[in-house]
Amino acid sequence: MPLLELQDMTVAYGRIEAVRGISITVEEGELVTLIGANGAGKTTTMRAISGIRPVSRGKVLFDGKDITKMKAHLRVLEGIVQAPEGRGIFPGMTVIENLEMGSYARTFASKAEHDETLDRVFDLFPRLAERKEQVGGTMSGGEQQMLAIGRALMARPRLLLLDEPSMGLAPMVIQQIFRIVSEINAPGTTVLLVEQNAQQALSRSDRAYVLETGEVVRTGGGKELLADSSIKEAYLGVA
Amino acid sequence: MSTSTPAPQTPEGRPTSMPPVGRVATKDRPHGGVGDRFRLWWDAQARPTQWLIGVPFLIFIALVPILNIPVLTTVGTNFGGVMAQFGMIALIAIGLNVVVGQAGLLDLGYVGFYAIGAYTVAILTSPDSPWNQTDEWLSKDWAWLAALPIAVAITSLSGLILGSPTLRLRGDYLAIVTLGFGEIVRLLADNLDELTGGGQGLRGVAYPRVGVTEELPNGVFSAGNAAGTLNSGVWWYWLSLVFIVISLLLVGNLERSRVGRAWVAIREDEDAAEIMGVPTFRFKLWAFVIGASIGGVAGALYAGQVQFVIPTNFNVINSVLFLCAVVLGGQGNKLGVILGAFIIVYLPNFFLGRTELFGIPINGNEIASYRYLFFGIALVVLMIFRPQGLIPVRQKLLAYGRELYVAARRAAQAATRSGSDDGARPGAPAVATASGTTGAARPTAGGTRTGESTTDGEETR
Amino acid sequence: MLGMFGQYATLMLLGFYPSGNAYDKGVALTVLYLGIAMLGGMLVAGGAAVGIERVAYRPLRRRGAPSLVFLITAIGMSFIIQEFVHFVLPKLTGGTLGGVNAQQPIRLVQPEVQFTIGGAPVTNITLVIILSALVLALATDMFINRTKFGRGIRAVAQDPVTATLMGVSRERVIMLTFLIGGILAGAAALLYTLRVPNGIIYSGGFILGIKAFCAAVLGGIGNLRGALLGGLLLGVMENYGQVVFGTEWRDVVAFALLIIVLMFRPTGILGESLGRARA
Repeated sequence: MPLLELQDMTVAYGRIEAVRGISITVEEGELVTLIGANGAGKTTTMRAISGIRPVSRGKVLFDGKDITKMKAHLRVLEGIVQAPEGRGIFPGMTVIENLEMGSYARTFASKAEHDETLDRVFDLFPRLAERKEQVGGTMSGGEQQMLAIGRALMARPRLLLLDEPSMGLAPMVIQQIFRIVSEINAPGTTVLLVEQNAQQALSRSDRAYVLETGEVVRTGGGKELLADSSIKEAYLGVA
Repeated sequence: MSTSTPAPQTPEGRPTSMPPVGRVATKDRPHGGVGDRFRLWWDAQARPTQWLIGVPFLIFIALVPILNIPVLTTVGTNFGGVMAQFGMIALIAIGLNVVVGQAGLLDLGYVGFYAIGAYTVAILTSPDSPWNQTDEWLSKDWAWLAALPIAVAITSLSGLILGSPTLRLRGDYLAIVTLGFGEIVRLLADNLDELTGGGQGLRGVAYPRVGVTEELPNGVFSAGNAAGTLNSGVWWYWLSLVFIVISLLLVGNLERSRVGRAWVAIREDEDAAEIMGVPTFRFKLWAFVIGASIGGVAGALYAGQVQFVIPTNFNVINSVLFLCAVVLGGQGNKLGVILGAFIIVYLPNFFLGRTELFGIPINGNEIASYRYLFFGIALVVLMIFRPQGLIPVRQKLLAYGRELYVAARRAAQAATRSGSDDGARPGAPAVATASGTTGAARPTAGGTRTGESTTDGEETR
Repeated sequence: MLGMFGQYATLMLLGFYPSGNAYDKGVALTVLYLGIAMLGGMLVAGGAAVGIERVAYRPLRRRGAPSLVFLITAIGMSFIIQEFVHFVLPKLTGGTLGGVNAQQPIRLVQPEVQFTIGGAPVTNITLVIILSALVLALATDMFINRTKFGRGIRAVAQDPVTATLMGVSRERVIMLTFLIGGILAGAAALLYTLRVPNGIIYSGGFILGIKAFCAAVLGGIGNLRGALLGGLLLGVMENYGQVVFGTEWRDVVAFALLIIVLMFRPTGILGESLGRARA
C-alpha cells in the first residue's frame, strides 16, 4: 500500500480548476518528484496534500486512511510535514525558535529525543548551528531554505513535502540543497519533491510525474525521464 | 488532455472566460439577486431613460414628508425634522463614503470635518461669537449662504492639513490618528472659549432667510416655522436634497474618471497601485479633501438648522455612527450609504412616541431608548451575513460589469428583433484552465467576496 | 467595563455589599480579597472575550472578511454589551447591578501615603497598581516569548499559513489570544476601580479602551514591549500635559503626541517586531 495516494484529485480556485483529476502515488521510502512549468499546478497539489486548500473532487489517502476532509493542522500530527514554497520562515523568530516550531504538533517523547533530533538537524546543516540566535528574517535565501527543511525534519515526518527548495538560490547552494535532500531520503524518509529545476531533481528521484496545466502528462523513473528527449526539450533546454 | 466544453466566446468571437449570458449554470451565474438584476437593467438603459425615471423618483422622495404616509410618518417627533436630519447624515455618509468606501481609508474622526463646517458658519454668524461678521459685510439675510463656501474652504483646508502628514500611514494607524483628530477638534472647540464659546457653544447661528411672511417673520427655514406640513424641517430637507444631488453628481463623475479608478486600485492593493505608477498619496489626499468638504457642507446645514453648536455633539460615538451608516448601506456605493444613513436616523425615531404597531401595543419610547442595542445587533448580524452592506458595490468587477452590460444590451436588442437564435451556445458552465485565467475569477485579498469559504490557514492567491 | 462589573460582583458575593467601606480587614486579608476580586474580574472579562470571538469574529474569519468589517462588528458588539449592562442586567439582578447610574462604591483600601519621591506622594494604592501591572506585564511577556503556546501565537501572527503547516490550530490560537486580552482587561479593571471606585457604570471603560488602543499603536502594533512603553509614555505625557497646559487639555496632549510620534515613526516607537511587511 502506498504511503500517499491521490485519487483523481481536483482542486479549484473558485471556478478555475488548477489541478484536474490527477492520480499520484508515493511508496514509503521513495523520493518522488513533480516537475512542470509555472502554473502547472504543482504547488496547488502540495497545498492540497497538506490540507490548506480544499479538494473539490477525488481523494487523498495517507497510509490507507482517507484524509481528504482532515483539517490541515491535524495532518501534521499524522506525519505529513511541508517546507512550503518561498521557505515560510517566521521572520520574527530566531533559528532555534523556528526549529522548535517544527515540533509544535509532533512533540517529543523525551528531552533526549528532542536533543538527538536537534543535533541531527545541526549535523545536516552546520550553517544553522553557527547562527542559532539569528533572526529568521535576516538570513540569506539559502540559509532560510536550510532552516525550512531543518524545521520540517524536527517533526520527524513520515512524508516530507518539499516545494521548490531550489527557488531563487545560487547554483552552488542548489547543489548543496539537493545533496541534502538525497541524504534525508537515504535512510528511508519518504520525500515528495516539487521542482522546476528538472535536471537535479530527476537525477536523484526514484520516480517522477510531469504536470502540465493541472494534469499528469507523463510518469516514469527519474533517470528514464531524464533521458527522454521530449522531456529534455520541454524542461531541460535543448541538449 | 480533454476539455468537455468548447472555450466560450464573446459575441464577436473573441475567446473569453466569461460565461455566455443566459445559458450559464446556476452556480456560475453572477449571484442573481434582486439588486443585481435591477442594476443590470438600469445599466442597460440609455442615459436619457435613466434621467426620465430618476427625476420623478427624486421628486417623490422630496415630497415624502408632506405626503404624510401613515406608517412611515413618525409619531413622537416632527417628521420633517427627522427627514432634515436624515438629509444631513446622508450627505455625511456620501462624503465619508468617498474616504472609506472609495479610497479605502479608515477614518474614525470624520465628525471633525462636520464640526469644523458647523463651527465656521457659527463663528461667522452667531452674535455670541466675537468674529461675527453679520454686522459688517454679511447681511443678515444671506449670511448663511455666504458663510457656506467659506465653511467648505476651511474644511477642505483642514482635510489637507490632516491628510498631508498622516496619509502615509496604513490601516490601523490611520484609524487611530483620524480618531485623534476628531477628538482634538472637539476638545479645541470645548477649550478655546474666546473663539468657540467653549462648552456653552454658540447660539443664534444664521440661516437662509427665505419666504418671509407675516406669520413667519424669520422665513421658512427658521426654528419658528415649526407647525404644519411645510415646517422648517421640510425646507431644510429640501435644501439638503439639493446638496445631496450635487454631491452625487460630483462624486459620480469622479468615480468614472481617472480619479475613481485610481481609488479602486488603491483600495484593492495600494502597493500594487504604486508600482503601476499611480501616485497614491496624491489621490488619497484628494479623497480626504473631497470627503472633508462634503462633511463641511453637512456641518453648515446642521448649524443653520439647529442654530446652536456645542462641542458635545461632535464626539467619537457620532463618528462611529457615521461609519456604521456607510458600512450598513454598502461601503463604496454612494446610493447604498444614503440608505444606511436613513436607517440610522429613521429607525430610532420611528419608535419614539409610538404606542402601537400593527395593532400590537408597544412602548415606543422605551424601544427607542434601546436604539444602541438594536444598532449593535443589526451591525453584528449584518456583518456576519452580509458584510458588503445592504447594497454592495461592484467596483471590483468593473471589467466584468462592462461585459455584462454589453451582453445585456445585446440581449435586449436581440429580444426586440424577431428572435433568431444565434447558433447553439454551450450550456455547461464555462471553466477556464489554469493557463487561461483572466482577471475575472482572480480572488483578491481583502475584497468583499463572501461566496468562497476558506479552511484554516488557507491563503488565496 | 465588564471586568469592573465582574470584580464588583465578586466582592458582592463575598459579602461586601452594600456597605461602602471596609478598610479594617488587615493587609493579608485585604490582599486576598483583592486577589479574588481580580480573579472574578478576569473571569468575566476573559469569558466575554472568548464568547465574542466565537459568536461574532469566527464566522467572519471563515468568510475572509476585510478588516473594516471586523471593526464594525467589534463596535456592534460593544454597543450590545454596553446596552445589555445598561438595560438588561438590572432586570436580571433585581436592580443591584447595571442600570443608568454607577454602582455604589466598595472601598477595600483607604489611600494612604507611604512615602514621597521628589515631592510626589506615593500612596499604597499607587504601589499596588504599579506592582500588579509590572507582574502581569512580565507574566504576559514571558508567556508570549518563552512558552510553546506563545510561540504558536507569534507564528500565527507572522505567517498563518505556514503556522498551520507546523500543526498550529489557528482557531485555538486566536481563542487563546482573546482570552489573554480579556484576562488582562479584567485585571486592569480592578486596578482602575481602586483609583476610581465610583466609575463602575455601563459606559465606563470606553475612553480607556480608546487610550489603550492608542498606547498599543504608539508602541507598535504587535509589539508587546512597545505596548507597555506606549502605555507608560501616554500616561506620563497626559499628566504632564495636564500640569503644563491645564486639565482640559489632557486628552488633546495625548492625541497630539500620538499623531506626532506616528508622523516620524509610522510603525510606532518600537516598530512592528513581528516582521509583517505592511500594516
